[in-house]
Amino acid sequence: MIDRETVKNVAKLARLGLGEDEVETFGNQLSAILDHIHILQEADVSGVSPTAHASRLTNIMRADVPQPSYAPEVLLANAPDQDENCLKVNAVLEEA
Amino acid sequence: MTTTAYTPIDTDYEVVIGLEVHSQLLTKSKMFCSCSTNYANAAPNTHVCPVCMGMPGVLPVINQEAVKYTIMTALALNCSIPEYSKFDRKSYHYPDLMKGYQISQYDIPLSNDGYLNIQHEGQERRIGITRVHLEEDTARSLHHQGYTLIDVNRAGTPLMEIVSEPDMRSPEEARLYMQKLREILIYIGVASGRMEEGSLRCDANISVRPRGQQALGVKTEIKNMNSFRSVERALEYEAQRQIEVLRNGGKIRQETRGWIENKGITVTQRVKEQADDYRYFPEPDLPPLIIDHTWVEEIRSQLAELPDTRRVRYQDEYALSEQDANVLTEDKPVGDYFEQIVAVSAVKDRKARAKAASNWLLSEVVRLLKANSLSIQETKLTPKAVANLLDLLDKERITGKQAKDVLDEAFSSGELPEAIVEKKGIKPPISDQGTLERIIEEVVAKNEKAVTDYKNGKTNAVQMLIGQVMKQTRGQAKADIVQSLLRKKLDELQG
Ligand SMILES: [Zn+2]
Repeated sequence: MIDRETVKNVAKLARLGLGEDEVETFGNQLSAILDHIHILQEADVSGVSPTAHASRLTNIMRADVPQPSYAPEVLLANAPDQDENCLKVNAVLEEA
Repeated sequence: MTTTAYTPIDTDYEVVIGLEVHSQLLTKSKMFCSCSTNYANAAPNTHVCPVCMGMPGVLPVINQEAVKYTIMTALALNCSIPEYSKFDRKSYHYPDLMKGYQISQYDIPLSNDGYLNIQHEGQERRIGITRVHLEEDTARSLHHQGYTLIDVNRAGTPLMEIVSEPDMRSPEEARLYMQKLREILIYIGVASGRMEEGSLRCDANISVRPRGQQALGVKTEIKNMNSFRSVERALEYEAQRQIEVLRNGGKIRQETRGWIENKGITVTQRVKEQADDYRYFPEPDLPPLIIDHTWVEEIRSQLAELPDTRRVRYQDEYALSEQDANVLTEDKPVGDYFEQIVAVSAVKDRKARAKAASNWLLSEVVRLLKANSLSIQETKLTPKAVANLLDLLDKERITGKQAKDVLDEAFSSGELPEAIVEKKGIKPPISDQGTLERIIEEVVAKNEKAVTDYKNGKTNAVQMLIGQVMKQTRGQAKADIVQSLLRKKLDELQG
């Protein structure tokens, strides 16, 4: 069971505002997911070195050759708001 | 660049500085997609695709050239290149970060454990390099009253991060390190080094401690320093500020501070209450890299000569002064030009030719470049033309004075000096002593007053007489020969 503080911190990092009752609800759900994943802990991994990637691929790289980009109107088609061919978002306080 | 090096920092305290430098790489396409990086003068969001826009379900692919450039930099900074490297996701939320995470490198960067030597007050100081890794740049925010616009063109540009050890002991050293690093990046051709355009950026960690204390003081992170001068000024201010706080019995708070250029101060931006929680984890869309040893050696063999090596070589190979070697190597194209002059010269005495090439390049050619606001890559004057001019001087076909005029013309027309000499009908200098002596005799005879003045000790009368002789020879006599012959003549008259 993960505690309420952890749930709140995860929500904060994900920029989600949770009500007190939601902390309870999602806490339970997250705990259930973690318990489920916990089954993996039972696997015997002695003698297996840790890996960062599931595929056995390495060195998948491309040559440095530019290709055409997309038209701005296509890219911005799903934007909640736009102006001057840019995405428009709430005021961000300039750092400094 | 010249900056007053005076650092008025309290000598009871020691300043400790480490720098994190970010440099965009000069690849043609972005880090993980094929959008062009040539967006400097482009309209917003014209160099964007679903990958750099951070759309769900897209697949990033590593730009091999960016990996190569990072390895080149790492080698130039004496780093080791581990065989295995991988990318990680660094998660945080900010409007300029399209995916909600930045693809970066966390625990296994492309390289680590190097160093960079700087010269400070006649001493060599070795600054450790912790790591050089590869990541991607963010989008650009355009701040307006009440809202912010996001231009995604910059997002996904290859960005290299170079982290130093906390080895610098003064703001001046930090600036010197930064300048040296920039010089290397430009030399090896991986970056433009333009701080004013933000393609090269610098953050600093700085702390102070009572001299003699081993433990490091609490550090602050300084951001927003956009020039070498800002780096030095901001760190001087911050060191002073920290010392004041400690002197007054206060404590330094671990925080991020921004440099306000026009006020000359740093101010709190963000207080660090706990370690940043970026929830790093391996990037599942990018398989790891196995860096082949033979590839690294191939890259090493192609690496351009570094500025320090070149400086030493110019002094050894061409017997140039340290001063000249420094100036010639400051800007790589100038050094390249110098070497081309020497290379195309068919001369026995290569050192003498190198010396002459250096002198003419650093005085006359640089003067012409400045006057015409041109860079050495833009001028019509070829290294071959300069070599040709030096040949004409060596053969005494023209005088030094004439050479300057010919150079002016060659600079604007791009013609070879010998063609200009031909075209203008410049006659060879009068080196025949008999002819010169005859002219001197005539001049002396016509200028009795000047001769008398000379006899009465007015030595500047000689200059007037030389002028007359030069006029008679239409500038085709060598001034030093005229002078010695004239003095000899005058002394005879006096005797
Ligand atoms: Zn793209």
